[in-house]
This record gives sequence, structure tokens and C-alpha cells, in this order.
Amino acid sequence: MVEQGTLLYEFWVSRWAILQGLGTTVLVSLLAIVLGTFLGIFVGLMLVYGRFASRFVVRMYVDFVRGTPVFVLVLASFYLLSQIGIQLTAFQAGLFALVVFCSTHVGENLRGALQSLPRGQTEAAKAIGLTFPQIFVYVLAPQALRQALPAWINTATEMVKASTLLSVIGVAELLLVTRQIISRNFLSLEFYFLAGLIYFLIDYAIERAGKAVERRVALPS
Amino acid sequence: MGYHLNFGAVWRDFDLLLSGLGLGLALAIVSIFIGCWIGLAAAFAMNSKHAFWRRVASWYVTAIRNTPLLVLILFAFFVLPRFGIRLGKVESFTVTLSIYAGAYLTEVFRGALLALPRGLREAGLAIGLTEWQAKVWIIIPIMLRNAFPALGNNFISLFKDTSLAAAIAVPELTYYARQINVNTFRVVETWMVASLMYVAACYLIAAGLRFFERRLAIPR
Repeated sequence: MVEQGTLLYEFWVSRWAILQGLGTTVLVSLLAIVLGTFLGIFVGLMLVYGRFASRFVVRMYVDFVRGTPVFVLVLASFYLLSQIGIQLTAFQAGLFALVVFCSTHVGENLRGALQSLPRGQTEAAKAIGLTFPQIFVYVLAPQALRQALPAWINTATEMVKASTLLSVIGVAELLLVTRQIISRNFLSLEFYFLAGLIYFLIDYAIERAGKAVERRVALPS
Repeated sequence: MGYHLNFGAVWRDFDLLLSGLGLGLALAIVSIFIGCWIGLAAAFAMNSKHAFWRRVASWYVTAIRNTPLLVLILFAFFVLPRFGIRLGKVESFTVTLSIYAGAYLTEVFRGALLALPRGLREAGLAIGLTEWQAKVWIIIPIMLRNAFPALGNNFISLFKDTSLAAAIAVPELTYYARQINVNTFRVVETWMVASLMYVAACYLIAAGLRFFERRLAIPR
């Protein structure tokens, strides 16, 4: 169907491998973003409303993870977890590292957004007799989430990019599949370019979609 | 469990880890230095009168920011030799990280330039400076002081990004940590020490930057 020996043929032969790698990349990024966001919301709330001891522990966790490169987190969770008796596949270990990384970013982001709200908001809500859960749900959260949205979208694109690091511990995501294909046909320029283009398109789409959502939820001024 | 901590193997190679940390810092410093020049040029291009330069700069920023750094590193390392550009692994990594830093710094500088009052340039022209002189002696110094905190944050994340150099066997901290890990199987100790070294370095850099930030702040 496609003439052998052409570049198009090489792309055509590798189409299933690339699609499979792309699938793994999308899956791992999506899981990392979703799980990391849930954990991150918890982290953010602890940083703002936790008691002294728990706030201290969570702050240590956040500072430690944010001071360590993601790559080191990925390698450490891959080598370390099995050593202390937690048997995980490379995929799970990599996912674990990405979730931890994502949770600290979401947590800090949420903390910043919550603390930037003027105190008058809480006081006014108290004055009209709302309980704390009501204040949070009806007054603080809607404003804080709006403010945290741009940084959250940035974190999402960051996670897609960080998923490439899993290629080093042997998770067959897009970059590792690309490297395997290149080691077969030596077309490094063409296939690295293709991989780069696919990542670019994913992140560009997230960025665009994020901007659209931001415009939709923006307060009318 | 039954895992007994034994840091002996890690201490024995601690000087390797330290030299790796030093190389990582050096790579980050060189890259942010070159990246600043790229970022300045691209930030001015983004405010340029010519649509062509605006488009080139904004495509550069969008393309680099949305592509994973690891892909850029591998691309530079494995593809450039096909065009006869033969760089060592350290040089190739430095070039990549500089171009990567440039894209992020462009955004920083562009924001800082927009935040400057227009009157600065006009006052410069009014006292007889040329456009270039106004840029070099008035706009850029003030802009850099305003951009300093963001510049510092970028430097810290660049330093953490130098860990990716291990993927092309540049002997920095992560590379040595992996080597010690494989040679001695003191897994827990190795990664504990390596990540604590990163955390400590980042903490010290952040403290140093805060100090300079106070010194450089424009008094009000």
C-alpha cells in the first residue's frame, strides 16, 4: 500500500507501536493529574487549615518533594519502593512518583489561592451566620478555584512532559517506543521530531482548552 | 522489611556525589546566563514593531515550552551529529538547556517589560539618549531588578532540570547516584542522600536569592 523504503512507509510500519506508546503516555498523565489533584487538594487544605503538627508534616513533605527533581523522584520510587517491600511494576512506581510530584504543585497552588482571598470574605460570611463548611463551599472555594485554574493547567501540561521520564525506568510510553523504533531504523531526526510534535500537540491542546475554560469561568468585569 | 541502613558505601563515594552536584550547578549557571541573552532578545522581539519578529519569538516560546525537555535533550544529542554538528555530551546538554531556559525567561522578561511605565523610555529619549542607549541604561537595569524573583525561581528549576543530563551520561549528581545504586545496591541510602543533597542545594540557593532580592529591591 505504501511503497517500501520511503519515510512514509517507516511511519506506517510503526503506527501501532506509536499509538500504543501514545496510549500509555495519555493514560499515565491522566491518572497522575487526577490522582495528584485529589491528593493535592488534601495537601492544600492541610497547609491552610491543618493543626500545627500536621501542617508542619505536610509542609516538610511539600518542601522535600519540590526540592527534588522529578527525575530523581521517578528513579527513587522505582528502585526504592521494591527494596522496602512494596512490589510495584515500573508503570506503578513511575505513576506514584508523578502523583506525589503533582500533589505538591496542586497543594502549593491551592494554598496560595486560598490565602490570597481577603479576610473580609470569611468575616462577611461569618457575619451572615454561615458555618465553616458552608463558608468554604459557597464563598472560598469558588473564588480560590478560579484563581488556581491557570497554574493548575500549567501543572497538567507539566505532567505530560514529566511522563517522558518514565521511559528511563522502562515504561513503554511514547518516548521509549520512539527510541526503540529509532534503534531499529536509525531515523533519529524523523522519529524524535514526530514524538516532539505529538507532545507539543497534546500540551498545546491542553493550554488552549485551559484558556477557553478560563474565559468561561472568568468573573464578568 | 529487614533492611538495615548502612551509609558506608554512599560516604565512600560522597566526593563523586559532591562533584556531580558542582557540575549540575555549573551547568545551570552557564545555561541561565546564555538563556538570559536569548530571553532578552526574544522578549524585545515580542514587543517589536515587525510582525515577523513577533511571530518568530512567540513560536519559539510556544514550541519549546510545550515540548518535554528530555525529548529536546535526546534530539540535540542524537540528531545534530547527522548534520555534522558534533558536540560532546556536556556541550550538547548546555546548548539544549540554554535554549530551553531562554523560552521561559522570554516570558519572564516580557512580563517585566510590560510592567514598566512608558515614561521611562520617553524620559530617556527626552534627555537625548538614542533608543539603544535608553534600552541599555534605563529599561534593562530596571526591568532586571523587577524580574529578579522570577529569574531566581527559574534558576532553581533549571538546576533541578540538570538531573536529566544523566539520561545522556553527563556525570552529574543523578548519574553518580544511579551508578552507586547499581554498584552497591544500597538503594535507600543512595536515593536518600542524593535527594537530600538536591533539597539542601535548592534551599541554600533560595536563601541566597532572597538575600540578593532584598539588596536589589528598588526602595520605595
